[in-house]
Amino acid sequence: MIEVENLTKSFGPTQALRGVSFSVQRGEIVGFLGPNGAGKTTTMKILTCFIPADSGRATVAGYDVFEDSLEVRKRVGYLPENTPLYHEMSVVDFLQFVAGVRGIPKRDIPERIRSVVVRTGLEGAVGKVIGELSKGYRQRVGLAQALIHDPEILILDEPTSGLDPNQIKEIRELIREIGKEKTIILSTHILPEVTATCDRAIIIHKGQVVASGTPGELMAMGAGSNAVTVRVRGPQGEVQKHFSQISGVREVRLLGTDDGCLRLQVIGEKPMELAERVFEVAAAQKWPLSELRPEAASLEDVFARLTQDEK
Amino acid sequence: MGNLWKIFLKELRGYIDSPSAYIFLIIFHVLGTSMFFFVSGFFRNQMANLGGFFVFMPWLLLFFVPAIAMRIWAEEKKAGTDELLLTLPVRDHEVVLGKYLAALALLVVALILTFPVALTVKYFADPKTPVDWGPVWCGYLGSFLLGAMLLALGAWASSLTRNQIIAFIIACALGFGLILLGFPFIYQLLPGGELVARFSPYSHFVSLYRGVLDVADVVYYVSAIAFFLYLNIRSIESRKWA
Ligand SMILES: Nc1ncnc2c1ncn2[C@@H]1O[C@H](COP(=O)(O)OP(=O)(O)O)[C@@H](O)[C@H]1O
Ligand SMILES: [Mg+2]
Repeated sequence: MIEVENLTKSFGPTQALRGVSFSVQRGEIVGFLGPNGAGKTTTMKILTCFIPADSGRATVAGYDVFEDSLEVRKRVGYLPENTPLYHEMSVVDFLQFVAGVRGIPKRDIPERIRSVVVRTGLEGAVGKVIGELSKGYRQRVGLAQALIHDPEILILDEPTSGLDPNQIKEIRELIREIGKEKTIILSTHILPEVTATCDRAIIIHKGQVVASGTPGELMAMGAGSNAVTVRVRGPQGEVQKHFSQISGVREVRLLGTDDGCLRLQVIGEKPMELAERVFEVAAAQKWPLSELRPEAASLEDVFARLTQDEK
Repeated sequence: MGNLWKIFLKELRGYIDSPSAYIFLIIFHVLGTSMFFFVSGFFRNQMANLGGFFVFMPWLLLFFVPAIAMRIWAEEKKAGTDELLLTLPVRDHEVVLGKYLAALALLVVALILTFPVALTVKYFADPKTPVDWGPVWCGYLGSFLLGAMLLALGAWASSLTRNQIIAFIIACALGFGLILLGFPFIYQLLPGGELVARFSPYSHFVSLYRGVLDVADVVYYVSAIAFFLYLNIRSIESRKWA
């Protein structure tokens, strides 16, 4: 449905994209995940034909975004970042305008508006002026305009940012519901968004795709790098020295002290074995252990590891 | 064409729903007519013609037209709605023209509302010497064309920035410069002389309001409008080569 090959884009001296490639299959909900400034918005602006890339190729529904821009735009529903809307228009006027420009025949427009309004839960707000709606409702208006022409593909730039937890939950449910029939790319800089709504995540960092896969696959990528959290009573220097000498330990990090106990994170491969070695060392030194917890790899760790700035 | 029309209607609806459009119309009307009656000394001279009215028109348009034009693009850029609008399946020039024509409609309404002035003049005129309507129509045509040109300039200026005040200042400054070129004390100082004056909307306005309908003047304005609309389209497209 969407094929992206080697996109690059610079804004003056800033290289926003440095060779982004990925593809999205029909019916997938894909999360475009990355910290702020990663290049998510830039990629989406290219896919929606707002700006062209400097080099590379992108096709949407089989049409090239540069050469067949109008065909692409007809097939895509787009919710730009921060949901820009005409605040002085009423919801129904705005939807009517978008429906008209989208080429929906005049007699079908009322029915189409009714259906997206029901779908996005805007029933109570149809006659209201957009600027007077809450952020959550404005987000629904943004989704409604993106859905009005029943597009094959939806591109949503940070659809839940700035919403409160209840609104986030509602919008995510809505996206999942819509995603049963459509291909969706949504961008986010927060991880739970992906686990909550997406089939697959593409992690982008500094203008490059650094990983891609289902949440499970991404978690597996992180399995190699793990840690054991330890709470132990003993002399700090000695404890750190002995723990560091355990084979396979990369780093011993002091998290803090409480009640004369040290809280440490012992980082290395294979956390289960590591925990046993830590226990043996502590026992041999007669340092009382009050906590010994191998940490399962979390998606957060993977994300953090993939997107931390290399030093 | 269909898209141009839909964008035109949406923009027009925006003016109808917005208080600032009415404020604009009222101020334009009050200033326009009072300038005519009081500043031109209409009552004193008992000059039953509209010459005095059109003398002030360029200055009135110079400030009022940029005030309509400044929001055309700057407002969209500031709110980010240009991204919404330009990712719809419309061509950039359809949007540029649709927006321009809607603003032009507002200007036309403003000009029509000054027509009672013309009727008043007819009323005051010596019944034995009937009012000569020819120069009045020419004056209105000149005002319309000059306004339409300043509007195209202002819309382009608005596309250069997200700040409406800056757009207003650019449009006023450029408009003022162009108008000044039509004054003898300016163009006589310049190397091109009379030739330079031909590039000024003011020279063409003067010949129109004197009641001479010359195709060359109309051609001048139409070309100038096309030129600024072209710049506007290029400026909207420029996001693509930035
Ligand atoms: N119009 C622009 N002008 C200059 N720099 C830009 C522009 N848009 C984006 N950038 C830069 O490109 C990089 C990627 O931005 P963006 O795609 O918005 O990231 P994200 O959406 O992932 O937060 C950032 O460094 C940003 O500052
Ligand atoms: Mg972004």
